[in-house]
Amino acid sequence: MKSAVLVFPGSNREGDVARALHMVSGVKPAMVWHADSALPQGTDLVVLPGGFSYGDYLRCGAIAARAPIMDAVRAHAARGGLVLGICNGFQILCESGLLPGVLVRNARLRFICREALLKVERNDTPFTRRYARGAIVRYPVAHGEGNYTADAQTLKRLEDEGRVLFRYVMPDGHRDDAQVLNGAANSIAGIVSEKLNVLGLMPHPENHVDPLVGPTDGRALFESLVGALEKA
Amino acid sequence: MNPSEPKITPELVAEHGLKPDEYERILTLIGREPTFTELGIFSAMWNEHCSYKSSRLHLRGLPTKAPWVIQGPGENAGVIDIGDGKAAVFKMESHNHPSYIEPYQGAGTGVGGILRDVFTMGARPIAALNALRFGDPKHPRTRHLVGGVVAGIAGYGNSFGVPTVGGLVGFHTRYDGNNLVNAMAVGLADADKIFYAKATGVGLPVVYLGSKTGRDGIHGATMASAEFGEGAEEKRPTVQVGDPFAEKLLLEACLEIMEAGCVVAIQDMGAAGLTCSAVEMGAKGDLGIELDLDKLPCRETGMSAYEMMLSESQERMLMVIAPGKEEQAEAIFLKWGLDFAIVGYTTDTLRFVVRHKGEIKADLPIKELGDEAPLYDRPWVETPKQQRIDPASLDITATIPGALERLIGSPDFASKRWIWEQYDHLILNNTVQRPGGDAAVVRVEDGPKGLAMSCDVTPRYCEADPFEGGKQAVAEAWRNITAVGARPLALTDNLNFGNPEKPEIMGQLVGCLRGIAAAALELDFPVVSGNVSLYNETNGRGILPTPTIGGVGVLDDIEKMATLDFKASGETILVLGVTTGWLGQSAFLSEILDREEGAPPPVDLALERKTGDLVRGLIADGLVTAVHDVSDGGLLVALTEMALASGIGANLAAPPPDMNPFAFWFGEDQARYIVTVESSAKALVLRRAELAGVSVAKLGSTGGDRLHIAGERPIVVDALRERHEAWLPIYMGAGLM
Repeated sequence: MKSAVLVFPGSNREGDVARALHMVSGVKPAMVWHADSALPQGTDLVVLPGGFSYGDYLRCGAIAARAPIMDAVRAHAARGGLVLGICNGFQILCESGLLPGVLVRNARLRFICREALLKVERNDTPFTRRYARGAIVRYPVAHGEGNYTADAQTLKRLEDEGRVLFRYVMPDGHRDDAQVLNGAANSIAGIVSEKLNVLGLMPHPENHVDPLVGPTDGRALFESLVGALEKA
Repeated sequence: MNPSEPKITPELVAEHGLKPDEYERILTLIGREPTFTELGIFSAMWNEHCSYKSSRLHLRGLPTKAPWVIQGPGENAGVIDIGDGKAAVFKMESHNHPSYIEPYQGAGTGVGGILRDVFTMGARPIAALNALRFGDPKHPRTRHLVGGVVAGIAGYGNSFGVPTVGGLVGFHTRYDGNNLVNAMAVGLADADKIFYAKATGVGLPVVYLGSKTGRDGIHGATMASAEFGEGAEEKRPTVQVGDPFAEKLLLEACLEIMEAGCVVAIQDMGAAGLTCSAVEMGAKGDLGIELDLDKLPCRETGMSAYEMMLSESQERMLMVIAPGKEEQAEAIFLKWGLDFAIVGYTTDTLRFVVRHKGEIKADLPIKELGDEAPLYDRPWVETPKQQRIDPASLDITATIPGALERLIGSPDFASKRWIWEQYDHLILNNTVQRPGGDAAVVRVEDGPKGLAMSCDVTPRYCEADPFEGGKQAVAEAWRNITAVGARPLALTDNLNFGNPEKPEIMGQLVGCLRGIAAAALELDFPVVSGNVSLYNETNGRGILPTPTIGGVGVLDDIEKMATLDFKASGETILVLGVTTGWLGQSAFLSEILDREEGAPPPVDLALERKTGDLVRGLIADGLVTAVHDVSDGGLLVALTEMALASGIGANLAAPPPDMNPFAFWFGEDQARYIVTVESSAKALVLRRAELAGVSVAKLGSTGGDRLHIAGERPIVVDALRERHEAWLPIYMGAGLM
C-alpha cells in the first residue's frame, strides 16, 4: 500500500496517522508538502490529517482547500483513488467540494477531547470491511468545530444513499440527536463520497491503534484499507 | 538627545517601576542621564520578573545538582538525562497578571511562552500541564476567569499540537482579583544536542525570526511586577496576543534550522522581548551586541526604538547564526513562511548598542545590565507557628458519609473533567496515563520508557507554616510520580507570592524556599528550572503563598505503570504509612467546619523516602494492583477516587477505637499510599513492608457497588460520581453534558 499524508502549515496529527499507517501496513507513508503540486507516483491512499491548517483563523479548512496540492487530490479522487480526511482533513474535504456539507462550531462552543462511541453503519466500503456491520466502536474526538451540518436535501440524500458511515451513538447503541456531543445533524461523525472512495470523519481512529496507549478500535479501519488495496 | 522624546523626570522614572535609589544606581553605572530608550531597557531588565531582585538571594539555597542534571536553573529550561541518549527539557512559568486582565490571551500566551522556552533548547514539546488557582466561586469574576483561562490554554495548546495531560485546579477567596496561571511544558531532545543562549564568536549575525514586532505587550513584565489596584482591567494593552499557528511554524522551523547545524546561540523573546533576549545572549557569551532597528520586521509603521525594544509580541526568536549558514537558515524560514532578518552583530566591546534611523538610541554596558541589577536582602519575619489541632476539641455535627458527600462535590475536589476535556490530551498518541490519575504519563518515542509528571502544592499548608508547606509541595510531587511507578528525577518551581516588600510575605517566600530545598535535597529531587511571580496582591491583600512544584520522573517500562482504579472485587486494601489523624489545615476542617487553622501535617522526609521506595518496588514487581497517594481529603477521599475511577465499591473496617473517626478518615498525614493486593500477594507485600520498616494497615476489601464503612450508612458509588461530576459543569452554566 502506498500512502501519502499531506502536511499543511498548522497540521499537527500528521505524525499520529503516519505512525498508525506504518504500524498497521508496515510501510511508512510519504509526507507531502501543501505547496507541492503532484502526489508521489503510484499513490493508493491520500490522507488529510488533523490539525489547524493555516491556523484555521478563517473557516476551518477553507484555505487548505485551495492549496496547490489539492488539485492533485481532486484528480486522485476522480480516478477512484482512496482519500481519508480526519478531523481538519474532513473539514478540508468539505471545503474543497469532495464531500458535501460543512463542519461548524460545536453546539456548546467548546473544544471537546474525549472518547466517543460510534456505530459503523456499513462494512462494504474500503474503510470498514474489517468491522462487523453495525459494530459499536470507540474512537477519541478532539475538535472545536465538528458539528456536521448540511441542508435538508443533502442530509436526506446522504441517508438515502447510505453514505453516513460513522454515527455517534449513546452507550445503548442508539443515536440521540438531542444529546450528541457536538450537535452534529443526524449524529453524523463521518460520511463517504458517492463512489465510496472518499471518507471524511471527525473522530481519530489513528489515536486508537496501539495497545500500549489505549483501546485499539481504530486499527481495523487501517487494516480495512490495507486489505482493500491488496485486493486491488 | 532627541527633542521628540520625553524628558526624564522623577515621575517618568516612577512610571517605569524604578525606585529613586535604583535610578541613582543607573546614573552611577553609566555616568550620565539615560535616554528614554535606555530608561525603558533598564526598566525591563531590572523589574522583579526579569531580575529576581527580591528572590535571587534565597534561590541560591536550592539544590540544583545531580548526576542526571544536564542543565540547572539559569537557562530557558532545565535539562535532565533520562537515559538512552535522551533528555527531558522542562520548566514551569506563571502568567498570572495577564490572565486576570485578559484571561483568554493571558493564559494562551502563558502556554506559548513556556513551549517556546522548551523548544528554544532544541527539544520538541511532548506534554503540557498547568496549575490554576481561582478565587471564591461566589466571586462575580471567577466564572468568567475560569472560562477564559481554560479556553485560552486549550486554544493555544490544541492548535500548537501538544497534549495537555495534567495539572491542578483550586479555588480560594484569597485568589479573588489575582488568579494564578502556571503553565508547564516538557520536551524531548537528544542529550548531546541541547541549544543554549550563550553567544560565541565576534562579528556573527544576530538574526530575528518569527512573527513581526507590534505594539502589544509593551511593559508587560513591568506590569507583572506591580500590585493590582482598582482599574487593573485598564492594563489590557499590556497583555500580548497569541498566535499558536505562528508558534507551531516557529517550532518546526527552529528544529529544522538546528538540525541543519545553523545555530550558535538561541534565545526566545519572552518577557521584556528583544531587550532581554539580546542582552542575555551577549552577556552570557561575554560579547557585545549591536542592533540596527531599521532592519526589524515590524507589524506597523512608525514604531519608535523604545517601542521596539519593549514590545512583547509573541512567537519571536533571536539567534546567532553560524558563519556561512545565513542563506540555508533563511531558506528554511521562508519555507515556513516566517520572517527572517539580520538585525545586528556580535561585537567584542561588551556594549549593548541600539541604532535607529541614524541615531544611537542606547549604548549600555551589557554585563552590568544583568549583573548589576539590584539585589535585595529584604527584611522578613518568620510566620508564627500554629498549634496542633486536637480532634477532640472539634464540635462536629456531620456524619462520615455526609462529610464525604460534601467534600467530593466541593469545588476543590469535584471532577475537573469539564476543564481537561477542553484540552487535547491525546495528540501525539503517547498519552499512557490520561488526566485524573496521580501523575500524567507519556510514552517516550516508541517506548518502553515513559515520563511521569505532576504539579502540586497545598497553599493552605504554606500559609500556616511555609517551611512545612514547601516541603510538602515537593514531597507530594515526588509521591505522585512514585505512585505510578516512576523514579522522580527533578523538579521545576513556580513561586507565586504577594508583595515581597512586606516582611511577613517575604517570610513566606524564605520559609517555603527553605522547605523546598530541604525536601529536594533529602529526596534527591533537584530544582532544574523555575520562575518567581511576586506582587500577587490586589488592593493590598496577598494571595495564599503558592510555590507550585512541577515534578518529572522516568518510568522504565510503561507496561508496568500503576493506576489508581480498583481492578477487581475481593482484593485487600492496605494503607502504607502512618495514620495519626492530622486534621490541622485539612480539607475537612476547611470545607466541613469552615475553619482554616492549626499546624499543617509535618513531612518526615526520611519516612517519605522509605515509603515511596517501597511502593515503587512493589509496583515494579507487579505485587500491587492499584496505587493511589493519600493527599488532601485523607484516606476516605483517596478511597473514593479509586472507587470512582473503577465503579467498584469497598467494604471498610471501622477505625481503631482509640482514634477519632473523622480524624482517621479525613486526616492528612503525609507519606501514605493506598494499595490493593490480590490475596496471593498479600503475605509478600506485608513482609516487604515489614522489611522496609514501613507501617501497614488493612483498611478493607474491594467489591460491591458502594462504599461501606462498618457501622456507617453505605454510599452508592454512582451517587458519589453524580456529585463529583456535577459541580463544575453546573457552576459554568453548561448543564451536565
